[in-house]
Amino acid sequence: MASQEILREEPSRGSFVNDPRIRSLFFQTLVVVLLFGSIWWIVQNVIDNLQRLHIASGFGFLKGRAGFDISDTPIAYTSDSTYGRAIVVGLINTIIVAAAGIITATIIGFIIGIGRLSQNWLIQKICTVYVEIFRNIPPLLVIFFWYSGVLAVLPAPRDSYHLPFGSFLNQRGFYFPRPVWGDGSWLILVALVVGIAMSWFVARRARQRQMATGQQFPVFWTSAALIVGLPLLAYVLSGFPLTFDLPKQSTFNLTGGFQVKPEFLSLYLALSCYTAAFIAEIVRAGIRGVSKGQTEAAAALGLRSGSILRLVVVPQAMRIVIPPLTSQYLNLTKNSSLAIAIGYPDLTATAGTVLNQTGQAVEGVLIMMIAYLILSLVTSAVMNVVNSRMALVER
Amino acid sequence: MQEHDMSWVRTEMALAQPAPASVSGPVAWVRRNLIGSVGDTILTILGIVIVAWVLPQVINWAFINAQWTGPDRTVCATVAQGGIQPDGWSGACWAFVNAKFGQFMFGTYPVEERWRPILVAILFVALLVPMLMPRVPRKGLNAILLFLVLPIVSFFLLVGGIFGLPHVETSRWGGLLITLSLSFVGIAVSLPLGTVLALGRRSKMPIVKMLCVIFIEAVRGIPLITVLFFVSVMLPLFLPAGVTFDKYLRALIGVSLFAAAYMAEVVRGGLQAIPKGQYEGADSLGLGYWQKMGLIVLPQALKLVIPGIVNTFIGMFKDTSLVLIISMFDLLGIVKQNFSDANWATAQTAKSGLVFAAFVFWLFCFGMSRYSMYTERRLDTGYKR
Repeated sequence: MASQEILREEPSRGSFVNDPRIRSLFFQTLVVVLLFGSIWWIVQNVIDNLQRLHIASGFGFLKGRAGFDISDTPIAYTSDSTYGRAIVVGLINTIIVAAAGIITATIIGFIIGIGRLSQNWLIQKICTVYVEIFRNIPPLLVIFFWYSGVLAVLPAPRDSYHLPFGSFLNQRGFYFPRPVWGDGSWLILVALVVGIAMSWFVARRARQRQMATGQQFPVFWTSAALIVGLPLLAYVLSGFPLTFDLPKQSTFNLTGGFQVKPEFLSLYLALSCYTAAFIAEIVRAGIRGVSKGQTEAAAALGLRSGSILRLVVVPQAMRIVIPPLTSQYLNLTKNSSLAIAIGYPDLTATAGTVLNQTGQAVEGVLIMMIAYLILSLVTSAVMNVVNSRMALVER
Repeated sequence: MQEHDMSWVRTEMALAQPAPASVSGPVAWVRRNLIGSVGDTILTILGIVIVAWVLPQVINWAFINAQWTGPDRTVCATVAQGGIQPDGWSGACWAFVNAKFGQFMFGTYPVEERWRPILVAILFVALLVPMLMPRVPRKGLNAILLFLVLPIVSFFLLVGGIFGLPHVETSRWGGLLITLSLSFVGIAVSLPLGTVLALGRRSKMPIVKMLCVIFIEAVRGIPLITVLFFVSVMLPLFLPAGVTFDKYLRALIGVSLFAAAYMAEVVRGGLQAIPKGQYEGADSLGLGYWQKMGLIVLPQALKLVIPGIVNTFIGMFKDTSLVLIISMFDLLGIVKQNFSDANWATAQTAKSGLVFAAFVFWLFCFGMSRYSMYTERRLDTGYKR
């Protein structure tokens, strides 16, 4: 009887100091107390400091008149616009440069990454040199190199470089013809949309037919014809409404056309070149991560080398590539904040100006943080969708 | 007992013949690696065109046409620009780098006190080199000297104001001195801080875990510039009136916190890769939490993620260049600042200065990445496939 009672007893832990639950509770309480203590202390200090500096808190300042000019304005903006609008202009500029950079960096990165795995010794070495150079220098330096080293020493507008399609390059940037949409040009856009919709439909039907009968259909050429042909047809039918405003060279400046400023150009080129080196390494790792047996098995099934790459290697490599690729896209977006160093009015630059003018440091930094967090979350959400479509479907 | 007479069988191996010329030797190498197929040949020609177009220009610019010495801008400007070079000349202006070399290294650190950063650099190298060589004994003592004693000694040497050394404000520091000191302290702070954050993120205490997750994800979601802004603008607001922080210290806090968040994710990867049996084994030996982590888990986890840790170091080293946004002059900042020197302003100045800065950054980052590859091979204990 006595032995059973001993068994039923809780095993003795000695002192309650050694109980892991009590310890965990104690430490967490300690952390919470410390945290709230320091937050309370900081908030008190902030309130004191703001009162001393006569700065009102709150987001009311966003409605005030900005009073500063912005060089690149994708939406209507003058110095009479509000602070809020200035920040929105900055946000849109950030999105533009990040999107352009992501597309270009992906293209260059894939080319360089595949080049590093090439059988061709010379190509392989050229790509390795590219990666090793750009991976090991700061992005800010690359931006300065394009800005002060290359674009700033281009000739003056009078001696601009003439490029194909009536575009020009000089120290004030890159000029190219601007399309002018005349009456009836909406038909072209409608035709483009219809073309895209029809090619999507054709691709779906072609896949279904191949699944059912095994017969293939030249989807690529059909869609190319639809997407290019239909707008062209609409262009001709509606009586050539689309004209181009060509940049014209005068004595001191270029007039007309669309101007890409050197600030945007150097930021865009630098971000693309820099991130491409990292994407190249990711692509290389992805392709090398597909085991050689896969290639050999595909070859044994009688697939040609192009089909092996397209149907067997790339889909498997993409599974390895996409997660790190996402973080590179996020890095590029965050690195676009370096724009402030050369005066491209991105989010950090405009919000920084607003912050300096109004003294609303807390709110300004908060807006910046939230905006970048949202951009990051959106990018990773999009990439997660892509990733889940690529992910291994196990039966 | 053998059934057959085997005496006709050869008793020694035949000597290996050299491979036929079609599979070895330079001709075969060229055939295999450069002109294997039509596409390959086209690529090779393309590559040769690229190299033939780029390489002579680079060599011409950096060496043959370059100006190595000179008193001012005239040696690097063409006649039309008011210099001595023929029109159309294009070459590196190393004379500019030469003349500003002291500034690029030390910023505006007083010239007569420059022996102090040089002494710190010598001490640093003297402690770092044995630390990096695996065969040199007494690693523990070496690490203590390098990561605890050296920063304290360097602090008093560089700042001064004690032992009869004149005080030098951090606003007079600059150039490579700032780049290296920021990244060294950043590395020394972010690795332990990141490890603690990673442990916190895997902790069973929900509040600790939540705080660590919030910190890590918030910092990783925003650019370093915003963190630097935050630290340089908000920190003074957070403190009681009258308490001011040195700008250098603020940058140091920003860079360290930023790197710690990234480091935490790297270390977490290592912690997750350690099999559960290791944790359980440590528990069954009766080790406490810190003993378990310090003696069993972390040594294995950190070893696994050395490449990631070094990558973070390299990233941080490159990121120190951003302090120029909050108007501090690291190597890149001071190079950029000198573009506006009227005495040296030519078309080539910016390019030459930036190429020099790029070369210095490249040297450090490339060295770090090569050393990490070497360590990875040395410590490889068979986890990798």
